Amino acid sequence: MTLNAFLFQVLNGLSAASGLFLIAAGLSLIFGVTRIVNLAHGSLYMLGTYIAYSFATKIGGVTGFWGGIIATALIVGVIGALIEVLLLRRIYRAPELFQLLATFALVLVINDAALWLWGPADLLGPRAPGFRGAIEILGRRLPSYDLFLIVIGPLVLLALHLTLARTRFGRLIRAATQDREMVGALGVNQAVLFTSVFALGAALAGLGGALQIAREPANLATDLIALGDAFVVVVVGGMGSIPGAYLAAVIIAEVKALCVGIGVVDFGFITINFSKFTLVAEFLVMAVVLIARPYGLLGKAQGAVRSIAEPEEPIRPATTLLKVLGAVVLAMLLCLPLLAQGSPYLLVLGIDVLIAIIFATSLHFIMGPGGMHSFGHAAYFGLGAYGAALLVKWLGLPFGAALVAAPLLALGGALLFGWFAVRLSGVYLAMLTLAFAQIVWAAVFQWEGFTGGSNGVIGVWPPPPFDKAWVYFLLTLVLAAIAVLLLRRFLFAPFGYAMRAGRDSPLRAEAIGIDVKRVHWLGFAIAGLVCGIGGGLFAFAKGSISPETIHINRSIDGLVMVLLGGVQTLTGPIVGASVFAVLQDTVMRQTEYWRALMGAIILVLVLAFPQGIVGAFAALWRKVGGRT
Amino acid sequence: MLSVENLSAWYGAARILYELTFEVGRGEVVALMGRNGAGKSTTMKAIMGLIGQRQGTVTFSGEDISRLEPYQIARRGLGFTPEDRRIFSDLTVMENLDIGRQPPREFPDGAAAPSWTPERLFALFPNLAEMPHRAGGRMSGGEQQMLTVARTLMGNPLLVLLDEPSEGVAPLIVEQMANTIIELKKEGLSILLSEQNIHFAQLVSDRVYVLEKGQIQWQGTMAQLSGSPEIQRTYLTV
Repeated sequence: MTLNAFLFQVLNGLSAASGLFLIAAGLSLIFGVTRIVNLAHGSLYMLGTYIAYSFATKIGGVTGFWGGIIATALIVGVIGALIEVLLLRRIYRAPELFQLLATFALVLVINDAALWLWGPADLLGPRAPGFRGAIEILGRRLPSYDLFLIVIGPLVLLALHLTLARTRFGRLIRAATQDREMVGALGVNQAVLFTSVFALGAALAGLGGALQIAREPANLATDLIALGDAFVVVVVGGMGSIPGAYLAAVIIAEVKALCVGIGVVDFGFITINFSKFTLVAEFLVMAVVLIARPYGLLGKAQGAVRSIAEPEEPIRPATTLLKVLGAVVLAMLLCLPLLAQGSPYLLVLGIDVLIAIIFATSLHFIMGPGGMHSFGHAAYFGLGAYGAALLVKWLGLPFGAALVAAPLLALGGALLFGWFAVRLSGVYLAMLTLAFAQIVWAAVFQWEGFTGGSNGVIGVWPPPPFDKAWVYFLLTLVLAAIAVLLLRRFLFAPFGYAMRAGRDSPLRAEAIGIDVKRVHWLGFAIAGLVCGIGGGLFAFAKGSISPETIHINRSIDGLVMVLLGGVQTLTGPIVGASVFAVLQDTVMRQTEYWRALMGAIILVLVLAFPQGIVGAFAALWRKVGGRT
Repeated sequence: MLSVENLSAWYGAARILYELTFEVGRGEVVALMGRNGAGKSTTMKAIMGLIGQRQGTVTFSGEDISRLEPYQIARRGLGFTPEDRRIFSDLTVMENLDIGRQPPREFPDGAAAPSWTPERLFALFPNLAEMPHRAGGRMSGGEQQMLTVARTLMGNPLLVLLDEPSEGVAPLIVEQMANTIIELKKEGLSILLSEQNIHFAQLVSDRVYVLEKGQIQWQGTMAQLSGSPEIQRTYLTV
């Protein structure tokens, strides 16, 4: 690459950085003040692209385009305020993860709302009036709109900086980011502050989306892509740091632009196509930054965040009633093949539910008792599933051996990734696990020769007698029961106590001689191992495996299952996984708008059962005088 | 001014306070004394509405404030300075003061309450006047203690809940704190002071409630407590 070409790519990177910055800045502000990780932030960005498209095409001209961009930012800001007032305000006292669930439900609802309003096709907006041409720079032609974008990012950065430094609103934001309870005790109405911060953050996301319509089409997939990008930028820059967000946006956009610019390079012994690295580049940057600077480039160590949620109840051993109930359910499941003779679908559903239970229970193991909120549990599922399928495909390994190898591969991955992850906590840990999962996904997706790329691996069916649905169902049932009981056993062993002690008070746990990182690392590895069992079973149950099945969606599904059931109960993930898997299998078949329906169901559950389904029943049980 | 009836509070499943009943009159300095863990700070947080699980009635200026949000309680003229100070460490001294700012206020009988400006507070705490633009995180413990009191006063409170102002600061600052409390009392403010240190409490308080295990074990005037080494030994000496 010549120097000119290099500089040209740098300019390209800067214009992309502005878009990244706008969305990340809003996310960072919202998280700082409300402590809510707003998963719907990418959806607000996506709404921005669609609304601005409508202004630009329906009204048209200079007013439609530039006026539309301003109007879009305001409209999305109002939508953000409504979300805060109608939904989030009701759940500020709920556990942090529950708020995640609520915002994820919004992702589903907003996505379907956009589908309904604008349809499934990509919509490309008109070119920006006044910036239609291109300017010749360094011997190449750069669209003048890109230059405009390059300028916009630093301008917004400056405006935000002045607002935060010079206005009372800005001072309140900074104070609340550190200690919102104290701000309230000094007479500041937090509700108003939260709503306005949420509106500001949403407006920035809307603005970011609106500015993109002249470059890229409005598309229904942008919500999760934008969310992922924004997370990476915020975490790399340091949560709550606006200049950090800009710095991170520039670094990530530049790395991506340079990957594209370098293109295919022949090293003599191996040829590498760098443009394929764009999918992983940002996550690699994030992983490196988090390992070197755990709180991001310009972030500060988060002091003990003052949680306003109630302290967590200790988990209790199963009562006799629960044990009997568990045995009855198990016995009923054993009889399911007899009942299902007339309806083979029931067995397929049963297998799906059991695999979901293995997935959710293993995730819960590190999330609940371990306090490690993994956003990338799909990685271990994927290592198990792909491991089993590829061993059969390439090495011709027998079914049984592949099924044993699957969890071991997942264990290997969990040991490697976990070693880094347990060094962090909170949102940073969540993001690093997400980064690792994305790296696994991207490796699978782009290593076509080995993994089959986007087509995946097909034709991995189990041999007789396991090719019969009822036999496979029983195998899955046995393995799921073993997995669940094994994890339970760990939790009530000294190892489990040590893991919980490390979650509740790392310093005190260390002071009594517990190596907290080591215990959490082992916990992480055990969860990966068990998750791998589910992955292996999944590959043979479907006869195939594709990158889609190990995408970020699966990680989020796992979170939803665990939260739906309740994080602080051991039966929670089982109930949550069952409810979720059945809902997904049944609701999805009923309507084109299954996402919205699913989201609505989650929202109702969140508002009605802020402790999860099982947590709510346990609370009810205590209230009516039952003794647990 | 402030009257508390049957106040109880819980952290999760653990009960901390057992039906406390006490009051603070206008212009009075009342000390809430007891050893570590007796429930002094919890009492203050419960009055301020900062503890979710609480029962009982808190009346301030004749109004029931037991169900109000912390910000509503603060806006009625109840100031709170927490034991751990909770200074906004990224904000400067001036900015910290600005967060606490509230409009001037009147007592229920219409008399104007003392009204504070940064200038007046700098006169009260000369140390702060030397560092108006220093970040809160870069101040000494004693300076932070002054700032947290000053920040609360910016809200022009009628009554201040002052949680262990003498804890962990240099003897010189302790003395200065005592003078400040006497100064505030002269201005007409009421103060509920939580304290383990009898020497400090003796300098400033009119009356005393002694807490142990979340219950009021003794009440009387400061003079009575000073004259009774036995009560001091039972409830206060470590």
